[in-house]
Amino acid sequence: MIIPDGLAELRLLPRDEEGPVFAEPWQAQVFAVVVRLAETGELTWKEWADRLGAVLREAEDRGEFDTGERYYEHWLTAVERLVVEKNLTGMEDLTKEGEEIRENDHHRREHQLEGGA
Amino acid sequence: MTEDKVSRREFLAKTSLAASTAVAAAATATGQVGAQEVEEYAQSDYSVRAKALVSVLTKKNLIDPTEIDEVIEFYETRVGPHIGARLVARSWVDPEFRERLLSDANAAATELGIERRRDLVAVANTPQVHNLVVCTLCSCYPWFILGLPPTWYKDAPYRARAVIDPRGVLKEFGTELDEGVEVRVWDSTAEVRYIVIPVRPQGTDGMTEGQLQALVTRDSMIGAERLKSPV
Repeated sequence: MIIPDGLAELRLLPRDEEGPVFAEPWQAQVFAVVVRLAETGELTWKEWADRLGAVLREAEDRGEFDTGERYYEHWLTAVERLVVEKNLTGMEDLTKEGEEIRENDHHRREHQLEGGA
Repeated sequence: MTEDKVSRREFLAKTSLAASTAVAAAATATGQVGAQEVEEYAQSDYSVRAKALVSVLTKKNLIDPTEIDEVIEFYETRVGPHIGARLVARSWVDPEFRERLLSDANAAATELGIERRRDLVAVANTPQVHNLVVCTLCSCYPWFILGLPPTWYKDAPYRARAVIDPRGVLKEFGTELDEGVEVRVWDSTAEVRYIVIPVRPQGTDGMTEGQLQALVTRDSMIGAERLKSPV
């Protein structure tokens, strides 16, 4: 796999010497989704940089001075908006799926409690 | 590497339906979780949103979870199997460290400057005992030392079959164990994560610690494979 040109130029990508750095698995997932959508041509790096830039500016306008820790939260917001904007999916699909994941999670926790009782 | 992963997925996919039922049963049987731990198990909003994104785009055939895994595997550096490999290689060259690792993996990890996010337990393979790690409930995984879990680890067939038929699973992964070898399966929880310390391969006596680290594979630290001699 080759590091895409557009990716290397994005500002603020948390990275060490070898590549991007993830603090938690979901951050890696979000990152990888964006990379794959760009590799398959569903979005361009230009579109992505514009959208991410807008989300980062909004955060700055709210007075959040980002030191990089919240960077992937902005990635998540930006990619959600972009896939909806490009009609790849609807916001309601994402919300509904999220609710189902939460619901399953809740059942699983109930299950754990019962098992431990 | 990629071919290997795909073939495992194919093998696992065959049994997926029957296995999900078994997973539910196994989850009930293994539940030993207090209220506080359950609270910590709750996923963050971001984690749920990221999962929803992957799930929706997968259903629409816009992305493939296997390719997502490959991207992650390629890019991730801070968390990755190379961290677990440091623990393993040190345990091979330093018997006292090995003892500390097996009795208190948290302290041993801290000793090497490894930041840990969950309680870590190290279990050692020997010629007589083979350990295999699974999470029957979901996909708990020591990602702080192994990186993100491979897709097959998260799939229902592995989660069920690793408990029901660990020898069969290992055989299909290419690891045939003699009948005399005891297999121990470790079910990860939200709080306790396991790492397998594989047996040091033969023919590595002259190697430096750094060279040894490079031999340690992710799958060997899950217990899905044994390390082969490099010579």
